[in-house]
Amino acid sequence: MANFSFKGFLYSQKVAPYLFVSPFVLTFLIFFLYPTASTITMSFQEVQGLTSTKFIGLDNYRRMFDEHFFNALKTNTIYTLLSLMLLIPVPILFAVFLNSKWIKGRTLFKSVIFIPALTSVIVAGVSFRLMFGEADTALINSVIGKLGISPQNWILNYGTGMMLMVILNTWRVAGINMVYYLAGLQSIPEELYESAEMDGANGFTRFYWITLPLLKPIIIYTLTIGIFEGYRMFGESYVFWNEGMPGDIGLTIVRFIYQQAFQRNDMGMGSAIGITLLLIVLTVNMVQLKLFGLFKKEED
Amino acid sequence: MNTKLKKKLLTVSMIIFFLIVCFIVLFPLYYMFMASFKSSKELFRNGMDFRIIPSLMSLDNYKLLFSGKGSVYMFWYRNSLGITVLHTVLSLFLSSLVGYGLAAYSFKGRNVIFTLVLFVMMIPLEILMLPLYKLIVKMGIINTYAGVILPFVVSPMAIFFFRQYVTGISKDFMDAGRIDGCSEFGIFFRIMAPLMQPAFGAMGILLAMQSWNSFIWPLIVLRTNTMFTIPIGLASLMSPYGNNYDMLIAGAVLAIIPVILLFLFNQKAFISGLSTGGVKG
Repeated sequence: MANFSFKGFLYSQKVAPYLFVSPFVLTFLIFFLYPTASTITMSFQEVQGLTSTKFIGLDNYRRMFDEHFFNALKTNTIYTLLSLMLLIPVPILFAVFLNSKWIKGRTLFKSVIFIPALTSVIVAGVSFRLMFGEADTALINSVIGKLGISPQNWILNYGTGMMLMVILNTWRVAGINMVYYLAGLQSIPEELYESAEMDGANGFTRFYWITLPLLKPIIIYTLTIGIFEGYRMFGESYVFWNEGMPGDIGLTIVRFIYQQAFQRNDMGMGSAIGITLLLIVLTVNMVQLKLFGLFKKEED
Repeated sequence: MNTKLKKKLLTVSMIIFFLIVCFIVLFPLYYMFMASFKSSKELFRNGMDFRIIPSLMSLDNYKLLFSGKGSVYMFWYRNSLGITVLHTVLSLFLSSLVGYGLAAYSFKGRNVIFTLVLFVMMIPLEILMLPLYKLIVKMGIINTYAGVILPFVVSPMAIFFFRQYVTGISKDFMDAGRIDGCSEFGIFFRIMAPLMQPAFGAMGILLAMQSWNSFIWPLIVLRTNTMFTIPIGLASLMSPYGNNYDMLIAGAVLAIIPVILLFLFNQKAFISGLSTGGVKG
């Protein structure tokens, strides 16, 4: 039998691991499992205030599938796709150029491109809000004015609003992805390129047949993160439309949850949207894992 | 000779390419900095334009942050610093314990717990913000640092990282400690934790940046003006009428400058820290 003295406790190789992992177990139970159960319950309830609840079956889910939800889902999907279309090729291009032996000032360029990753979406958003101000004299409007394009009210139009969010996101995240790709490139042995060069492969052929296939794991990783971040996006929307959004411009799923729960005080419907978002994220993850077989890598 | 010229041309064009990229990247920060010296009336009327007119520029926006209606900014700064430091220190301590426990021992239930860690990593926290909000209210820690920190004090991502790191350290160190009469915790604190120093560095930077920049959860938990962190406070100033632009823009600049300075002095640590969110290998 175990020795129950305190000293025995500290010295026991049987007990120690459980003490080591207890912080996770505790927070998992209190701040993950319990809330998950509670949000599933709430999604079937009408919640008034913090205490009064009434079971209403699937009503929240029925009410939830209105045009606003589909607008939000559409916005998240387009936002994610556009962001990925920029956040995969652009950082690869930066990384390949920075990794080439002809570049000078590599470290400096890398550091500068990384700087936006240090900013919070709100702080950076302040600057983008001002640059894309509605006044004719605001920076971007004055620039396009010189090109003969009439000034835009950027945040009052679905297309330009989407563009603002994608630009802000790309500006902040490109540097991080570039660092991932640089790390990947540095692990590709130089001899591969040399022998390809001797076989007469030009720059593009080498990129297509050597670089891209060897970067595949990192491409998949950035893709996964991109989808994950795309469907949970909130800050990029909040910073441009913090007070309200005409015609659901910039309305995302998480924004919709926030609106229902904290502005309309409808926790039940907020929970139902949350559960739906969870199902979306899990489905996308599963499809991806299946497609790319990431499960195999986890076994060690 | 010809190929030499070609290579030189390649170098020059790449440098020009990156100079343009750097200009685009730095531009929003540069313009925010320049705009912070303009009056809010001017900013609202003209947006942020290209002109730099010294006579229209002053330090008034910054002075505002230290006096009168703007002085609440000092509270925001204090809250941001306090929450970031507490969150980072606690999270490093607790997450490293768990990661170490998962890597250093084989025990019943280990795989279940590790699978749960991976599972939590895959769930966006936004899904749980409503029940968590209710829980925080019930616990009586709404509008406190504890309310912001506690639910996320153990980071699954950091656990994962520490576990990977410890897996790479030889178990012989542990056995040597046992022979010398160390307790299991003594082994962690005296022998293994010092060996894990690089992992603490990378995770420290990542957790601190996440905490400093976090937005949606503090937005929900912090209810009064003097408890806001910088991002929440700045967001509260955004209105379509532009009446707070002075405070907003100077406040944003002051929030960024210390982080950029820290980065400039520890570039390598920051870059490796912020990109270790990536699953290695």
